[in-house]
Amino acid sequence: MTTAPLLPELTAQAARAAHTDGRNCPCEATVLATRPDATVVRHAGTVAKAHAPGTDPTELALRLTTAARLPGILLPPLPGPPPATTTPTALHDRLVTFWPYGTPVDPDAPEAAPWEAAATLLARLHRSPAPPGLPPMRGPEKAARAVTRLRTAAPGHPAARPILRAWTALPAWARAEAPMPPAASGALCHGDLHLGQLVRYPAPGGPWLLIDVDDLGTGVPAWDLARPAAWFACGLLPPEEWTRFLGAYRAAGGPAVPADGDPWAALDTAARALTVQTAALAVARATAAHRPLDEVEQAVVDACDRMSGVPVELAGDPAK
Amino acid sequence: MQCPKCHAPMHTYNRNGVQIEQCSGCRGIFLDYGELEALTRLESQWSQPAPPPPAPQAYPAPPAPAWGAPHGGGHGHYGHGHRHKSFGHMLFSS
Repeated sequence: MTTAPLLPELTAQAARAAHTDGRNCPCEATVLATRPDATVVRHAGTVAKAHAPGTDPTELALRLTTAARLPGILLPPLPGPPPATTTPTALHDRLVTFWPYGTPVDPDAPEAAPWEAAATLLARLHRSPAPPGLPPMRGPEKAARAVTRLRTAAPGHPAARPILRAWTALPAWARAEAPMPPAASGALCHGDLHLGQLVRYPAPGGPWLLIDVDDLGTGVPAWDLARPAAWFACGLLPPEEWTRFLGAYRAAGGPAVPADGDPWAALDTAARALTVQTAALAVARATAAHRPLDEVEQAVVDACDRMSGVPVELAGDPAK
Repeated sequence: MQCPKCHAPMHTYNRNGVQIEQCSGCRGIFLDYGELEALTRLESQWSQPAPPPPAPQAYPAPPAPAWGAPHGGGHGHYGHGHRHKSFGHMLFSS
């Protein structure tokens, strides 16, 4: 097991990156996240992130370079502790990157969510050129991983059947079983947008920026709109907030949806995939906790159930 | 045009759709015929109590997919009032 020594060493690295003069400091380190796919520690104005085991160093380096090149859109990485470099450094079996601390969206006040800022940043990201060699965004891979988790953790759950039925009806690219359609997948995408992926930098009042480059890459830009779209479709996100988000994206010239009219031909596949992903993880978590689904989780499962009666809408479908 | 009081040049500004001329010297304001009434009308609109918010049906609901929540999607009850704790968590997780 490497989890035991990882945290103290990551904490020490964050301190060394924060205070390059090497002196002891009175700062207290804060653990921001310990998940299987990431351990994140803050020390003063510096955040150290240990990426998921098995992260490809070349791909992560390309994603870091992308962030460094788009400072008004993505939080730019910091050099690590001496010898300072912005390429990922290895710590045990993990790659570590360093970032300035930014103020996140208040999880206790999601009604204050910066929907316009999020949409505008995405539109600008999608319109930015992708550096050569950048790998595909990993949204579909993430959805496929969630479905695998459901199949492993809760194959007999009554909700598993409608979720898996909705999943198998999706095109192969949305299930990470085929490359994304080349004509529609040339945009630079975030790959995992949710409200935890925005910070104000410089803290506390600077402009909003996107964080977390792990899933960044080229792909179908509608994927980045698909979580809010799915929340709206499932009846969870109020229509006004969805309208604000979509309107700001369009106002900023975002290429994922047509400039006006019904956006669902462009959003349908990705919104279904994110609904399936959300439902799969919800059922896996509820099963692990030996509890029933709550009404929000049930709403997402119900949406999966309704999908089987409606063929997938395809962007550019002449019937639309 | 020149200010009738101090003879400095006057500049035209647009205030809520009403053209007014203001003197660059003494800051005096010249109103054309009807402009005072137009401003008064605007002011009374401001001071009137705000009209009650229209019923949600007054705005067309944004388009939603056919597999969306009943009543056109987005009209579910989970998002209204205080947010459900579980949805609050969902907003922030991968």
